[in-house]
Amino acid sequence: MTAALEAAGLGKRFGKRWALQDCTVAVPTGSICGLVGPNGAGKTTLIQLAVGLLAPTAGSITVAGGTPDGRPAQLAKVGFVAQDTPTYAQLTVADHLRLGAHLNPGWDAALAGRRIDQLGLDPKQKAGKLSGGQRAQLALTLAVAKRPEVLILDEPVASLDPLARRDFLSSLMELVTEHGMTVLLSSHLVADLERVCDHLVVLVASRVQVASDVDELLATHRRISGPRRELSTLPADQQVIEASHTDRQTTAIIRTAQPIHDPAWSVTELTLEDIVLAYMAHRGDGQPVRRQLAEVRAS
Amino acid sequence: MNRLMMIEFHLDSRSGVSPYLQVMQQVHRALRLGLLQVGDQLPTVKDVVTALAINPNTVLKAYRGLEQEGLVAGKPGVGTFVIRTLTDDSLPAHAPLRRDLERWMRKARLAGLDGDSIEALFRDTFRAFAAEDVA
Repeated sequence: MTAALEAAGLGKRFGKRWALQDCTVAVPTGSICGLVGPNGAGKTTLIQLAVGLLAPTAGSITVAGGTPDGRPAQLAKVGFVAQDTPTYAQLTVADHLRLGAHLNPGWDAALAGRRIDQLGLDPKQKAGKLSGGQRAQLALTLAVAKRPEVLILDEPVASLDPLARRDFLSSLMELVTEHGMTVLLSSHLVADLERVCDHLVVLVASRVQVASDVDELLATHRRISGPRRELSTLPADQQVIEASHTDRQTTAIIRTAQPIHDPAWSVTELTLEDIVLAYMAHRGDGQPVRRQLAEVRAS
Repeated sequence: MNRLMMIEFHLDSRSGVSPYLQVMQQVHRALRLGLLQVGDQLPTVKDVVTALAINPNTVLKAYRGLEQEGLVAGKPGVGTFVIRTLTDDSLPAHAPLRRDLERWMRKARLAGLDGDSIEALFRDTFRAFAAEDVA
């Protein structure tokens, strides 16, 4: 497996505060990787390190085989859609395409033109007059028409209504099917990502909580509940992610590659959202992060 | 291109089952019920991606799985076609098995179990049985 994005011990400090710490992840080439976590977890910091808008304080990162250093050869390999899918309000749709053609050596004008057609956008329309969904689609078109190896999107659907959200993700998946690229996209909502991602990185409080293949996450996590007992008595291959006890009952979310045989447990499958929330609820040091969890649920 | 769409996939995100497995299971079901027959074409990856807004890798993984099971074959540039069905010889056994199950359920009712308890008991037993099968 080759990695399109690889971080090793990556960290970024602003003053005294670490926005990202000890981040070691590998995003396989050709995968669509979701980056989830509550607001302020470090998602944007990781993304800005990946595109070269920030320089690391510690560790290293490579994207599409190169260091994100702002050199043209590196920039050509990476497409980036920043938070809130920014466009130039005063420029028309056609202006944006012209700008894209001038600024990108590998510009695919046919792709860009076809996309604008399909979307039914008027080339003479100013970007400032487009709807949020149309603006997002324009920004996506620009990022894809440069034909990057890796496409990185920071909260691309956060400000869109549900229909525009679905249209955007559907467009993104179509483009991936046609042109093939590695995609990294962030969201604070798992629900946005569960259909589109085959890989997931969960960030909480500046640290990676889990980074894994989605099918593997679904296949290895189970909720078990049964009569109260000490979880230290579980088989060694069953890792406890989250546990709660009442006087009589014990409920836990565990990770295991083996089937659960103990007849005392009733075992249920978990959705991706259940799994991510379980990881988000704990920092890994046993300290619950209630505040972030509340934010995730409220949004 | 005028292509007849044989089946449509749908995803249940509350099921906890991987999307690629859901696609595979839906093909299995369609094959078992005879909705899909030898020679039928599965929806193209792009059709499924567009219809469900899902990851093309998910669809490819499902189709690869079905290929490995010998149920479908991909023709490069054309599509993926059914080469074997699952309407199998076990069909005649279904009716007597169902009668046994009905008899068992009547017994469970007589013993005072309600619908939920019956379902829970069945599911637990089935799971334990399936786990034994794996081990």
